[in-house]
Amino acid sequence: MNYRLLFPELFLFLWIIFIFVLDFFWDKEKTNYLGWFSLLGLGITIALVFGSGTGRLFGGMFLADSFSFYFKLVFLSASFLAILSSIDFVKKIEKYRGEYFGLILLSTLGMMFLCSAGELITLYIALELTTIPLFVLSAYLKKDFRSAEAGIKYVILGAISSAILIYGISIIYGLTGMTDLGLIQFSLAQQHLRFGPFGPALIFGIIFFIAGFGFKLALVPFHMWAPDVYEGAPTPITAFLSVASKGAGLAAFIRIFFVSFNVYQPDWVMIVAVLASLGMIFGNIVALLQTNIKRMLAYSSIAQIGYIMIGVVAFSWRGISALSFYVFAYLFANMGAFISAITFSNVTGSDEIEDYAGLSRSSPGLALFMAVFLLSLVGIPPLAGFVAKYYIFASAIEKGHIGIVVIAILTSVVALYYYAGVIKKMYFHKSEKEVNFSIPFSLKLALFICLLGVLIAGLFPTPFIDLATKAAQVFKYW
Amino acid sequence: MESSVQSAVFYILSAIIVGSAILVVTLKNIFHSLLFLVLTFFSIAGIYVLLHAEFIAAVQVLIYVGAITVLLIFAIMMTAQIYSPVLRQTNEQVIPGLIIVGVLLITTLIVLGNTAWRVSEKLPETQSIVTIGKSLLTTYVLPFEVVSVVLITALISAIIIARRD
Repeated sequence: MNYRLLFPELFLFLWIIFIFVLDFFWDKEKTNYLGWFSLLGLGITIALVFGSGTGRLFGGMFLADSFSFYFKLVFLSASFLAILSSIDFVKKIEKYRGEYFGLILLSTLGMMFLCSAGELITLYIALELTTIPLFVLSAYLKKDFRSAEAGIKYVILGAISSAILIYGISIIYGLTGMTDLGLIQFSLAQQHLRFGPFGPALIFGIIFFIAGFGFKLALVPFHMWAPDVYEGAPTPITAFLSVASKGAGLAAFIRIFFVSFNVYQPDWVMIVAVLASLGMIFGNIVALLQTNIKRMLAYSSIAQIGYIMIGVVAFSWRGISALSFYVFAYLFANMGAFISAITFSNVTGSDEIEDYAGLSRSSPGLALFMAVFLLSLVGIPPLAGFVAKYYIFASAIEKGHIGIVVIAILTSVVALYYYAGVIKKMYFHKSEKEVNFSIPFSLKLALFICLLGVLIAGLFPTPFIDLATKAAQVFKYW
Repeated sequence: MESSVQSAVFYILSAIIVGSAILVVTLKNIFHSLLFLVLTFFSIAGIYVLLHAEFIAAVQVLIYVGAITVLLIFAIMMTAQIYSPVLRQTNEQVIPGLIIVGVLLITTLIVLGNTAWRVSEKLPETQSIVTIGKSLLTTYVLPFEVVSVVLITALISAIIIARRD
């Protein structure tokens, strides 16, 4: 067996242990370096992902293909940005600073296994490895009431959604006797040919899967936890949750639904289309009413996952390619917006949109960054969000799903209103108090990386779209 | 003859499981709830024995009846005011909750009852421990190892959450 395929995961795990051990020996003043050490480890892991090649391990339980390659890069970049933006933040934490970075890396490790899992048991365990560190990270500021609330809500709802998912897995196992994704597809297709479509039990199983993943993705109507958790969790964790954790859920969702439930595509595409439309409408309209920037971004991310799911509804390789590229563009824009919010709240101690008034004068740079990221989230050319939206709409129109695209475009207009509201606050409102902004190096670096990502993916999208297309071609069934 | 005894045992065990599970979530005294939880776990172990899954049954008794119960007893003893008679297990949403769960239960029963499940023709393993051990370290070695990472994560997480600030 070619164990080289596992090198990135093995290396990252060893590095995590290394971080925990270092944290044990170093005293508190030096623990800031642990953040930079974690970044070094992530950098090496990215290099290893590039060098590890493609193939299958353990009889198809671990798949290293261009799809998992693409998503691993997304998770590692998101983790990189989250850690970079945490280096300044961890000074607020009294104890266990090293473990903070270690847990982010453990969650990233889970995501890497998740997008490579070719079998339901591995997939479920990887999903647990992804979410368990996130429960604790959301509650890291234990004394802060809202952080504790975020942790307990996330842990309870996360456990329920896992239970729902595993019930779905047991139903599918009962129907096919398999856990391997490819074999499930084969078995379902065979029975479909021989005895016609399955009865309601399969639909039940599929609905349980959608509900289980719906929680992870914060799809409406399984989104209830998202605003509270996003608001209460430490902001770097919120950024990580909103991008990486969603991306991981999405990667697993695509693997299961495009491989195993391929034959029953007309049944589930309709459900996903309804949920995506609900997400876009609900997320965008409720975001209008928010006064807290983290809550606003939470509802906006509920809407964004609706846009992303349009790529699933299209059910074509172009759809997967479009949604993969969308995740990439969303990664930089959303992380960037959250990192701007972190920078702002580090200085002012506030997350209220009201307090952003006059930011263009007290810190023109930060205001500009924030504006660019928000505009990319809306999809204004020449930023990455525009290309992503255009591409994902095109993929749906190609397959004749005009209705959902119309909803998406109309709700984008609503989205423009609340994103522009923040920009208007920053540029056209005066503030009474003068604030002196000094942005630490790590946050500056993170902001610049996000800006570069948004601009490059917007101006020169071709290489990224090529990568996404290569990733999508793993699912060549049509 | 044997099968009728088996199904009789199955129905008795199921009745105990369902009955005590209902008591777990309705009793006012949390310690009594815990005792019925033990009974539920034990009866589930009985079902596993009935299915010739002796190893799973042993694990069920060791982990659920043993470890988890002890953990819960500790949690109850260390939590102040948990015996208070004003504690209720339900809130004002109990009626809508019951309706939703009832509908879900009935549809699940109808759907699952009318499905042709894939049934294995093989005889039950006589030495299930050997088979489980072999497949854990061959076919399923990847998830098995990832589980150990999950356990480490859970341990570290628990320490962090239980810290004194």
